[in-house]
Amino acid sequence: MSLPDNYTAYPRRAEGYDHDYYGWSNMHDRAPVAWPDGKSVAVWLCVSLEWFPIRPEDKPFRAPGHMVTPYPDYRHYTVRDYGNRVGVFRMLEAFKTAGVKASFAVNAAVAERYAELIEVVLADGHEIIAHSTDMNGTITSDVAEADERSLIADSLARLEAASGVKLKGWLSIARSQSWRTADILAEHGLSYTCDWVNDELPYRFKNGLVNLPLNTELSDRMIIATQQHSAEGWAQMMRDAFDWLAAEARGTAYTKGGGRMLPIHITPYIIGQPFRIGALEQLLADLSGRAEAWIAPGADIVSVWEEQQ
Amino acid sequence: MHEGAADPGLYDYHPYNARPKIAWPEGKSCAVWVAPNLEYYEIDPPSNPHRKSWPKAHPDVVGYSYRDHSNRVSHWRMADVMSRHGFPGSVSLSVALCDHHPEVVADGVERGWEFFSHGIYNTRYSYGMSERQERAIIEDSIETVERATGQRIRGWLAPALTHTPRTLDLLAEYDFHYTCDLYHDDQVQEVKVAKGALASIPYSLEVNDHYGFNVYGMSGREYADCLIQQYERLAEEGERTGSGTVMCVPLHAYLIGQPHRIGPFEEALAHIAADNRCWKARAGEIVDAWRAQVGRAA
Repeated sequence: MSLPDNYTAYPRRAEGYDHDYYGWSNMHDRAPVAWPDGKSVAVWLCVSLEWFPIRPEDKPFRAPGHMVTPYPDYRHYTVRDYGNRVGVFRMLEAFKTAGVKASFAVNAAVAERYAELIEVVLADGHEIIAHSTDMNGTITSDVAEADERSLIADSLARLEAASGVKLKGWLSIARSQSWRTADILAEHGLSYTCDWVNDELPYRFKNGLVNLPLNTELSDRMIIATQQHSAEGWAQMMRDAFDWLAAEARGTAYTKGGGRMLPIHITPYIIGQPFRIGALEQLLADLSGRAEAWIAPGADIVSVWEEQQ
Repeated sequence: MHEGAADPGLYDYHPYNARPKIAWPEGKSCAVWVAPNLEYYEIDPPSNPHRKSWPKAHPDVVGYSYRDHSNRVSHWRMADVMSRHGFPGSVSLSVALCDHHPEVVADGVERGWEFFSHGIYNTRYSYGMSERQERAIIEDSIETVERATGQRIRGWLAPALTHTPRTLDLLAEYDFHYTCDLYHDDQVQEVKVAKGALASIPYSLEVNDHYGFNVYGMSGREYADCLIQQYERLAEEGERTGSGTVMCVPLHAYLIGQPHRIGPFEEALAHIAADNRCWKARAGEIVDAWRAQVGRAA
């Protein structure tokens, strides 16, 4: 099949990006960021709290971790729910023991269904980030604008009602947005999204929204569930990353240095298993003992960064 | 190539155990070249009926921003590790990067890197191109890289590894000296082209960081071990047989430059750099040294 003539025409080929969401900059050339108390590496723990309806809708796509077998998929439905019933409480205990605060990206349905869990999350001082309605609430440009607007509005209203929290952050399912999502989030007064994985520090979109990059590569879903490494292997990678970032923060031949960030995205049904939780506990003990580490929720990282812009 | 034939006729069969010996400078046994892919993926490319660019409706936020990490963060991290251990890059370049982010290309120029074309964008595929269109991307590549770097490109790695039956013949016609598209050997080999001459330089899929991480799911430490094993074997064979081998380390900053992988990678590069059998070379230098020994095909 031949191609149209304009296949070798490039209307957006010019300096800068081929879109208007944000401008280009090299992270290593920016004015250095200083985290509180002279710490150099912000460690952002982000936990996803997900409820997967046993009937996936696939509109527009099936979320990672969703049902696999023909209906009724008891095995995946229940093992995901294991995270919300058991695994997450191990994680909350681990955070408390290490004395650290995290962000929890929460489906509105989880807040409505598991009020006791949300009470503990809030009582322990963690942040809540909006994470759609439930795991059928996926977004791409194939979703009609009215449907996307009502999905986001519904998700925020239900999560705020169930948690009593005024939300600042948004994480899309699978970090998947449409052409419109960033503007809709800004119109709702949210201060940041975590979906774009192109940077290692917060940066601002032209519409005012901040992007706090939640690295997909560093997630337990990628490393343990997809790449099939052990929890200890995952923890080793987090230590390797921390060591590199701490060294880079001091400045090198290619960078002025300054504050760096290590985002650690974790999932209760994955890292909260009995045979894996020890690796998280050990990692938290190590990181909280590191002189360079500032372990903080996403909103705190964004606000410290914003004050310095 | 012989279009439509079962054997595409890309090269003659030359068994590894019976071929002319190649000597690398200063008696080195393995030429090691590092090939960073400096790429630009479009957020909203036109569709090509032969291959889908993004799996999701545009914008594919993770797919796009994952690659953009190279051009905002990880290029400099990767490049600095290479420079620290004395490895120049031979860059597989989406040439439109010269227009979008000239700072990244300029960094490679300052480091003395060689550039070759990896197409205009990694989201524009050659499948289905007319001869006129294919000539247009070759001429565009030559002009764009010359303008940005002063270099006349000599090599080609097809955009997203997409080819037409005429690609290799056109490269020879435009006086390209090497292609990175054929994976049949651990030494430089002659490619059969309609007119002129073209060499195939070993690139690699198996030790490509994309395969290491996104196909085989290795950790950074496992990938680093894999590079060391690849090098040790090729250096040993080159030494034992007295005929130089080639190892390519094909990289993507958004993969190797992730904070959990770059440290182990640096250890592997330091290991290879410290071995006195290693010839740290650019692609063009390897092809030139080979060509000087084999002569030009009739």
